[in-house]
Amino acid sequence: MNKKIFSTKTIVATALGAALFLVLFYFVKVPSPVPNTNIQLAYGITTFFGALFGPVAGFLIGFVGHALNDFIAGYGIWWSWVIASGVAGLFSGLAFFTTDLEHGQKPGASYYLFNVIGQALAWIVVAPILDILMFSEPANTVFVQGAAAFIANTITALVVGTVICYAYASTRSSKRSLDKE
Amino acid sequence: MKQTKLFSYEDKDTIIHRLSGLTKLICFLLLTFAAMFTYDIRVLALLTLFSLFIARISQLSFRRYRIVIIYLVVFMLFNFILNFIFAPNYGVELFGTRHELFTFTTGYVLTVEQLFYQLCKIVKYISIMPLGLLFFATIEPSEFASSLNGIKVPYKACTVFSLALRYFPDIQRDYTNISLAQQARGVDTSKKASLKNRIRNNAKILLPLIFSTLDRVELITNAMELRGYGKYKQRTWYSRRPLMRNDYLAIALCVLIFIAVLVMRFAVTKSMFYNPFI
Repeated sequence: MNKKIFSTKTIVATALGAALFLVLFYFVKVPSPVPNTNIQLAYGITTFFGALFGPVAGFLIGFVGHALNDFIAGYGIWWSWVIASGVAGLFSGLAFFTTDLEHGQKPGASYYLFNVIGQALAWIVVAPILDILMFSEPANTVFVQGAAAFIANTITALVVGTVICYAYASTRSSKRSLDKE
Repeated sequence: MKQTKLFSYEDKDTIIHRLSGLTKLICFLLLTFAAMFTYDIRVLALLTLFSLFIARISQLSFRRYRIVIIYLVVFMLFNFILNFIFAPNYGVELFGTRHELFTFTTGYVLTVEQLFYQLCKIVKYISIMPLGLLFFATIEPSEFASSLNGIKVPYKACTVFSLALRYFPDIQRDYTNISLAQQARGVDTSKKASLKNRIRNNAKILLPLIFSTLDRVELITNAMELRGYGKYKQRTWYSRRPLMRNDYLAIALCVLIFIAVLVMRFAVTKSMFYNPFI
């Protein structure tokens, strides 16, 4: 099967994924011990949609979803974290090339690897550095927030995302489910 | 759950509503970027006044956004305290002087500089906030998409934005329905359940929501493909309006403000902050 990374279906899935991300981001907040950081089930969405529809979808879901969330929250778009969400989604999307969820293949080692790398890059590197450059936030605050976000988001992205991936994969029939007689 | 009406376009006939979508988008980006580039409290205060003035003439009712505004105030208070706890001397570092006000313990001394720095941050939030509310109250989703396309964003990416905005209320309704149905079956997502159970119970809402969304994706994709979406490299927009005299005036005004802020930032004060202590 040749995999397209930007078909009409990807566009629609990205849009609805972003809306879904937004709903979860905005309404489902499980507070964590560190202020201003919630455990966001929404990152499970980028993980799953990324794996199913590719890196472009993953990036845009994180980026658009988070940007729109910041719009409604009203404090202006916090570009540094919005971009970081996009980066995390982009890496989740790399699993698209190695895992054939569409045909019932369960996520493997590469899937976990891409997600952990993506989350680490997003929250420990991209978000704090952009925060310092754009908002001149004090460095130790942003790195503590970044590290907390990394731990919380990696766990939720992997737990929630993987549960959804497994549930989805088991509803799909394998490519070789039919035998030629 | 309270159903807040978000992103809802208010159909009014004011001078702001009559501007084209492209103008609103360009002005919005220019003004938010202008506010982002500076921490100069004088500039930020002027920007705040300007955005409140625009909110006034476009008849934006702040009462509708009460929940949003309360949330924002709580967020700012949290950030205010957190900033002081993590970096109580950041203001002193920034401004290079030290005026002590009050001593909590040896490490935590409240200084005028710190208060001033945090005040600047709050004014910065307040200057950006009305713009976002205003933007979505005066622009409808397809006009928004057409104006994004107007600044050369690829039209498929624009479709993502407008579809996401259009389907947000539907998915929100689905979420509420599924959540209520699961609660009727005894799934507890409130604070009474333990953290572990709460996460697990939220996941029980998530799965049906995702599968119903995937069905919907299939449906919309088919509908769009049947209508020949994405066949050509270009497309036209039903909701695009030509630029009029007022549009050019508004864009010129915002460009002027943007340039003025940059001049203040890079030529007059030459730093991120206005320093009243020297």
